[in-house]
Amino acid sequence: MDVSNIQDPMLPRRYRVAEVWEELDDVATMSLLPIDGPPRPFKAGQFNMLYAYGVGEAAISISGDPAVPERLIHTTRNVGKVSAALTRLRAGDMLGVRGPFGSDWPVEEQKGRHMLFIAGGLGLAPLRGAICQALADRLDYEEVSLLFGARSPNDLLYRSQVAEWGAFSGANVEVTVDTAARGWTGHVGVVTTRLERILNGQDHANVSAFICGPEIMMRFTAQDLVELGVPTDKIWVSMERNMKCALGFCGHCQWGPDFVCKDGPVFRYDQIGRRLAMREI
Amino acid sequence: MEIHGIKDILSGHPVFKDFDEETLDLLSGCGRNEHFKKNTLLYAEGDEADKVYIIRKGDVAIEIAAPGRPSIVVESLHAGDIAGWSWMVPPYRSSADARAMTEVSAVSLDANCMRGKCDEHPALGYQMFKTWLPHLTKRVRAQRLQLLDLYGTG
Repeated sequence: MDVSNIQDPMLPRRYRVAEVWEELDDVATMSLLPIDGPPRPFKAGQFNMLYAYGVGEAAISISGDPAVPERLIHTTRNVGKVSAALTRLRAGDMLGVRGPFGSDWPVEEQKGRHMLFIAGGLGLAPLRGAICQALADRLDYEEVSLLFGARSPNDLLYRSQVAEWGAFSGANVEVTVDTAARGWTGHVGVVTTRLERILNGQDHANVSAFICGPEIMMRFTAQDLVELGVPTDKIWVSMERNMKCALGFCGHCQWGPDFVCKDGPVFRYDQIGRRLAMREI
Repeated sequence: MEIHGIKDILSGHPVFKDFDEETLDLLSGCGRNEHFKKNTLLYAEGDEADKVYIIRKGDVAIEIAAPGRPSIVVESLHAGDIAGWSWMVPPYRSSADARAMTEVSAVSLDANCMRGKCDEHPALGYQMFKTWLPHLTKRVRAQRLQLLDLYGTG
C-alpha cells in the first residue's frame, strides 16, 4: 500500500453525503463528495476509514467504480455504534474520510482469463468496483462470472445492478440463497453448490477467482475451487479484521505476520490459505 | 423431440459415468422416464423412499414443512442433480418434500429394484456406494455451511 500521496493519513478529510439508498433493512449505500479538495483516486478492493463525527471511525470498503473516483460509494451495515451512525446519515450530512488504504483486487492482471467473482452477503460491496472494472473491459476477459450467495431473497444486495450485469453487461450471473419461501424460483443452497455448474465446460486452470464474504464461506469456497483445479495463486480473498489506524501502526488488525489494513485486505490464497483454517489467529 | 434411452441418460451422468456396459444394462432395467407438472410433489416427507430421481429438465425444491409457518425451501435441485437419496439408507423414508418448481422431466430408478440388484451383485453395490457417497458428502458439507447462517451477521 502506498499512502505517500496522502498528506497526513491520520487526518480525516471532510465529505458531504450526496445520496443515500436504503439497500436492505439494516444496510445503506451512500455516495460522497469531497469538500476539502479534489477526489482521491482509489482501486477496487481498497477501503476508507469513515468517521461519523462525535461517534467514531470504522473501516468500510469502497464500493464505487474506480473509473469514477469523483463518486465515492460506500455500503454499510448497521452492526455497531459507528456503523449505526453511518447508516443514519442523510443527503447533505457531513462525515470524515481517511484513505484509501490497503491492497486491491488485481483485475487488470487477469486479462485473457475467466474472471470469477464469488460474493457472499455483504461481500458483494468490496467486489462491486472490480466487477465494474472487468465489465468495462469485458472483451479482454475470456469470461466474467458472478456467483452471489445471500441468506434469503430479501437479503440480496444491489438487486437491480446484479440483474443488469447479467442481462446487459455480458456477465454470467448466478444468484443462490440459503433458504427461501415457496415461490422463489432461483437457486437454493450455499455458493459452493454452484461452483461446478458455473465452471462447467471451462478450463479451470484459466480461472481467476476473487472471493469476498464471511471468512468461513471464503475458506470453503477456496478449498472447493482448488479441488476443481483452479490454481491457488489465482484465487484472492478479502479479509476483515479490527482495523483502527489503517496504517499498520496500532496492530489491532494483525493476522499472523500481516496487518490486514496494510498488507490486505486483499490477499492471494496461496499466501494465506493455511492461516484461514487456524483458529488461534 | 430427442429420445434418449434410460441407459444413455445414465451413462452421461457423472454418478454413473464410470459404470461398465453390463452394469448400466442392469440398472437401466430399474429406470423409467417420468414427468411432473409445476407444483406437484415428486415425494413427500415420510413417504417410502421407493424411487430415486435423476433430474433431466426443470427445477425441484427440497422443502421442509413446519407447523404454523409456510414451507421453507432448503435446497434447489436442477438438471443433472439427484433427488431422493433416502433409497440407500434404512428405513428408506424420505426426509423432506421434493416439489417441482417448474415442469420437471426425470429418470426414476426403482429403489427396490436397485437394492435387489445390489444384493445380488455385491460388486455393484460397492461401486454404487463408492461413487454416490462423494456426492452425498458434498451435500452434507454444503448443508453444514448453510446451518451456520453465515450471512446473518457477515
